[in-house]
Amino acid sequence: MALHSAAKGKLISVIGDEDTCVGFLLGGVGEINKNRHSNFMVVDKATPIGEIEECFKRFIKRDDIDIILINQNIAETIRHVIDGHNQPVPAVLEIPSKDHPYDASKDSILRRARGMFNPDDMAA
Amino acid sequence: MSSKDRLPIFPSRGAQMLMKARLKGAQKGHSLLKKKADALQMRFRMILSKIIETKTLMGEVMKEASFSLAEAKFATGDFNQVVLQNVTKAWLKIKTKKDNVAGVTLPVFEWYEDGTDPNMLAGLSRGGQQLTKLKKNYQSAVKLLVELASLQTSFVTLDDVIKITNRRVNAIEHVIIPRIERTLAYIISELDELEREEFYRLKKIQDKKKIIKAKAEKIKAELKAAGLLAEAQGSGNNMLDEGDEDILF
Repeated sequence: MALHSAAKGKLISVIGDEDTCVGFLLGGVGEINKNRHSNFMVVDKATPIGEIEECFKRFIKRDDIDIILINQNIAETIRHVIDGHNQPVPAVLEIPSKDHPYDASKDSILRRARGMFNPDDMAA
Repeated sequence: MSSKDRLPIFPSRGAQMLMKARLKGAQKGHSLLKKKADALQMRFRMILSKIIETKTLMGEVMKEASFSLAEAKFATGDFNQVVLQNVTKAWLKIKTKKDNVAGVTLPVFEWYEDGTDPNMLAGLSRGGQQLTKLKKNYQSAVKLLVELASLQTSFVTLDDVIKITNRRVNAIEHVIIPRIERTLAYIISELDELEREEFYRLKKIQDKKKIIKAKAEKIKAELKAAGLLAEAQGSGNNMLDEGDEDILF
């Protein structure tokens, strides 16, 4: 199974605001499959949280997606779902968006890391 | 309670040997697991420091990418919808490799280009330079993020494995080895007890024999005193007869 998927090549999916999505699509990660399902989701202010959650869960279930990029401010809104996802694959990465600078203290992984080590040691 | 907590085994020499072998095995396993845990921990710390480094780098790269997006928009006008609608196939894809650390497989992501860029001709009329720069910036961002993703995946996997290994190490150290040791102590005490019993039994038999002998001697002495010497001689003859005839090797 793992061999098959490795041969096929996996996708990166994006959940983010319009600019983030456009940027990564130009970077060449976007794909629409035969069923017209895209691997990205544009979130604006009007998007309900339930829809984001659903989309995130759908991305996790898809086996052709290995990495999920999500804007940190959007990740904040569905934090409980992200924290509930503890499988190594797909990897969920929180990225800064244009109007929200990156805050390391909110990152799920870094928060776990902080539990074990002092971040000041790591910076040195 | 703790003295009762031992393996259900019959106390014998064989069982003692078995337990000794098991104790040795458990100690060996403990030291091996401890080594594995140390190796994983070392790797884990390395990955952690790399993650934090990459995360801060990612902040910079993303900032630059966003800025170039704004630049391109300024040069070309708004192209968001065009890009969002014209998605067909991904050409930057990921393949997974396996890395092995002390028997733990860690997935490592690697990006590769599959086909050509469908947006190659974008910005041919206007703002081509900005668009090219934008694409390049976002590609490098993706590459960095792929690297970060493999680090993060290793982090999560290693975290789990380290927890399991530590649990095993502690279980062996605090449960299994003490239990085997208690079983050994139990077996030794039981064997000692058996030995004492045996010793006591032998002593008792000796005592009994002594008493019987004393009684027999007493009767003999009484008979002698009564003057029945002939009977004593007769019994001596009988004893010799009985003793010799049957010896055939």
